[in-house]
Amino acid sequence: MSKYVIIGNSSAAIGCIEGIRKTDTEGSITLIASEPHHCYGRPLISYYLEGKTDAEHMKYRPDSFYADNGVETMLGENVTGIDPITKTVTLQNGNSLRYDKLLVATGSSPRVFPAPGMDSVEHKTSFMTLNDMKYLEKHADQRSRILIVGAGLIGLKCAEGLKNRVLSVTVVEFMKQILPSALTPKAAARVQAQMEANGIHFYINNAVGEYKKAPPASADSVTLRDGSEVSALLANAESKYPDNTYTAVLKDGTEIPFDILVLATGVTPNTALVKDAGGTVNRGIVVDADSRTSLPDIYAAGDCTESVDVTTGETKIMALLPNAYHQGEAAGRHMAGAAAPFEEALPLNAVGFFGMHILSAGSYTQDILLEEDTNEYYRVFYGEGDKLTGFILIDKYARAGIYTDILRHGTPITEALLKEPGLLPFSRECRDEILTQKGGKN
Amino acid sequence: MKKIYVREDWCLGCHLCEYYCANANLGGGDMWKNLKGKAIRPRIRVEGDNNVSFAVQCRHCDEPHCLKGCIAGAISIIEGVVSIDQNKCVGCCTCVLTCPYGCIVPTETGVMSKCELCVNNAGQAKKDKEGGIVGFIPACVQNCPNNAIVVEETEVTA
Repeated sequence: MSKYVIIGNSSAAIGCIEGIRKTDTEGSITLIASEPHHCYGRPLISYYLEGKTDAEHMKYRPDSFYADNGVETMLGENVTGIDPITKTVTLQNGNSLRYDKLLVATGSSPRVFPAPGMDSVEHKTSFMTLNDMKYLEKHADQRSRILIVGAGLIGLKCAEGLKNRVLSVTVVEFMKQILPSALTPKAAARVQAQMEANGIHFYINNAVGEYKKAPPASADSVTLRDGSEVSALLANAESKYPDNTYTAVLKDGTEIPFDILVLATGVTPNTALVKDAGGTVNRGIVVDADSRTSLPDIYAAGDCTESVDVTTGETKIMALLPNAYHQGEAAGRHMAGAAAPFEEALPLNAVGFFGMHILSAGSYTQDILLEEDTNEYYRVFYGEGDKLTGFILIDKYARAGIYTDILRHGTPITEALLKEPGLLPFSRECRDEILTQKGGKN
Repeated sequence: MKKIYVREDWCLGCHLCEYYCANANLGGGDMWKNLKGKAIRPRIRVEGDNNVSFAVQCRHCDEPHCLKGCIAGAISIIEGVVSIDQNKCVGCCTCVLTCPYGCIVPTETGVMSKCELCVNNAGQAKKDKEGGIVGFIPACVQNCPNNAIVVEETEVTA
């Protein structure tokens, strides 16, 4: 009977459990995770702050999941080392555990760029975990002014989640656009306008040079797009911490008063366990399509790994939930002896801000095949000839998955498909495969 | 396990399945009251023109992309039916972005919906001559005037 050990408790870990159990219902599975919680949908922490979900509904799988799958959990435990020779993992509490097959699904950690005075800021957090969410729930209220550094997905979802709970939300981004790793400048500008219309303040192409424990030197130094917010921002007396006000001094001299700092300047894959054990690590842990690392019987999946983007052939970190699940599942299946490699990894994002929906996939380096820019929606497709390599759809996204599937499989794209996604432009044989008894695909 | 199949050559392109689907998922009953003057949100969609037409709805994949990519863990397979727990769904649209057949549609409130073979629509009961319930037939299948949509029991693959 195989002994499986999984480090981590997010989508890659759950995918692994479900992958193992498709084949092996007997082997023992032990799951070790540093977070002391039942598995939860990590991206849901912003929806919780926004009031769109609650602790119960955030659970990624039902309460009975571990018991149903014969998983022994060790939650709140840290793994300090892996010995690939004796096939053991060592825990911080000194215990060690033997494995036949091991999954490392350790995720990533916030990457912080220190600035002078940052350490002195009393209320600050990242925004990646349930505990971060609880911290903000506890400390942020109607009198709090929030400063978010970093306008990636994490920072912006945090901004949206907090907006109606707090006095003001200001976002500072180093790059020349928001969502630099997910969108083109043009699409990003559209999203920024949407967020600004909903009261989020932005300082783009800027950075915090220094944090000071004091109100801003003068009111004139704060220039916001929405003039009505200026007085609210400066009304320190309204702040929750009137005697404990901080000011962020930006590179261009702008001073932003705030009470709570959220650091969302990117993440670093947690690769140390595999690296220290002698496994190959570039920026992320190197794995194949079965999620095997360079070390025998050690697998890795999710945000701690790097994998091949099918739309470009490049190896990169694609720290996105669907990829994490698929990688974890591929690991589990291979561990249990019924390999089903995951060879369709690609950048993929569906995200909403204040009612605007942005669905994107692939890469945006090729020619524009079609662009539609209207007041109601925006759609752009990238590719070369009849090969689609990426797309961005804002507020017109019905059946977007048909495009994603074209990216996954390199299916030739036609003008009719670009105009309107559907199955009609495909061949009769292809449709029969999907829609009739003749097809066994599904 | 039930599965719906489409017979493209038999489809008239009448779109009736869309209306019956939308109505069944509003609880059934008087279609005129439920749908008159409203934008319908069917979970089945007829594509095509006068020459070629066919209906598309969830294929209830054995390996569903929507389930594997759902950030909320809101999608699961219940007795072969790929189902959405709308209380867990936060409306992020990742399933819309990953479904290869375009079969997931937002509801009015922004959470997602899809064909669940009418297993939750009590109004779709199939009755025998004495009125006893002998099974459930999806509304689209029951009401297609030309039998272009059929439901079949298939063996459950483990």
